[in-house]
Amino acid sequence: MINVKVDMSQCQHYGQCVLEAPSVFELNAKDRLEYVAQVADDEREAIEDAIDICPMQAISMVQ
Amino acid sequence: MATPPVIIVGASLGGLRTAESLRRFGYEGPITVIGDEPHLPYQRPPLSKAALNDAEGSLENLAFAHRPAISDVTWITGTRVVSADLDASTVTDHQGEIREFSALVVATGVRPRRLHVPGGATVGRYALRTIDDARALRDVLTPGTRVVIAGAGFIGCEVAATAIGLGCDVHVVGTTSVPMQAALGHDLGAAMQARHEDHGVAFSMGTRITAALGHPYLTHVDRADGRTLACDVLVEAVGSSPNVEWISSNDVDATRGLRTDSAMRVVRGDGSPHPHVFAVGDVASYPHPHHGIGAASVEHWNIPTETAKRAASVIAPMLADDPSHLDVAATPFTPLPSFWTDQYDTHLLAYGMTRIADRSTLLAGDLAGECLVGYYRDSRLVGVCGIGMTGQMLTYRKELMAQPLAAGTAA
Repeated sequence: MINVKVDMSQCQHYGQCVLEAPSVFELNAKDRLEYVAQVADDEREAIEDAIDICPMQAISMVQ
Repeated sequence: MATPPVIIVGASLGGLRTAESLRRFGYEGPITVIGDEPHLPYQRPPLSKAALNDAEGSLENLAFAHRPAISDVTWITGTRVVSADLDASTVTDHQGEIREFSALVVATGVRPRRLHVPGGATVGRYALRTIDDARALRDVLTPGTRVVIAGAGFIGCEVAATAIGLGCDVHVVGTTSVPMQAALGHDLGAAMQARHEDHGVAFSMGTRITAALGHPYLTHVDRADGRTLACDVLVEAVGSSPNVEWISSNDVDATRGLRTDSAMRVVRGDGSPHPHVFAVGDVASYPHPHHGIGAASVEHWNIPTETAKRAASVIAPMLADDPSHLDVAATPFTPLPSFWTDQYDTHLLAYGMTRIADRSTLLAGDLAGECLVGYYRDSRLVGVCGIGMTGQMLTYRKELMAQPLAAGTAA
């Protein structure tokens, strides 16, 4: 499993991660970020893409 | 004889992402990254925003995390590559060391353009690109300091917001009629100016700095409209120049950045690609087949990452003698630029090529609050900007992503 962490003090809810890893990240009805904290290993590349593209560099993961 | 490494010149975001992507696409050979700054890759966007505002700490915490996959990459920092011989497949650094490459990736980015004005002042003039630039500027943005910012683009406006927050007296001088006009258009630019003015920033638009006076300490600047401003600190945020001089004596097209094909291969003067030489990031001027505007560089946040992945997807199979790299190179490459800016509590996000628009329209909301603005060229949506309204932004982003290639323009 991969543990995903978003630093919510940094997150500005730009939603870039939602585009890269839609099964992990989503914007709720109020445009606020929600995410799954534990995901399967086969999501690794998608999460890496989300980490890369986050404008605030707020996402990290631990395997 | 050992296989020469892939050499990446430029140790910033584009260089880092190229190294990572080469590993992701299966390249297992040696990689050498050579950068002229003394630092490993770090985030530049915060340099004009939060990091500039934080007396302690955040400037020291901008380094990108390194993935285990690139733990065996050789990083050579503080080393400037001064020339390349593309026929001999070598680069030479400032100490005269010559290195051979199997493939070369140019990720040297851009540097701030400086004002060439008379007046004698040599102390008190700043530009902002590197962490060392940010440290120097942070040290002088103290309460009461009179700051003039030449240039009303994103960096100028972000520094203005940060400086006024630090208690400086801030005056922005820009050549356009409203700030950030090229990227945001007139209406949203004017609305952003109003937000700045609410915080106390003064603007002189439609003019430029013509002299920086003082011997050697800056005391005043002259404007083209005949006014003089007292000034302790001049921040020059007047655009950028690509770092291409070291490679431009080869058969390349370096007139506006380093021109590439859609596989990020650097092209010769006749348009044919150098098969082993690539460019990524801010320095790369790549084709935009869906806009029919010719090759152009795009200095936005996601482009170093997108172009690095594209280049690596071609380099990795090429170095494995896998002919499929030619098929990869032939697939369309139309990354959607995305950028953002934080000024005060305003978080503006944009997608697409707003700069090529001939018209912009308010799609939703209110320019003084949360809003969505659409950008059109020949009646076709080419970009969208949003302050808030992220969910609706994503709907327009899908529309931008779904656009077909323009007729009559080959990738």
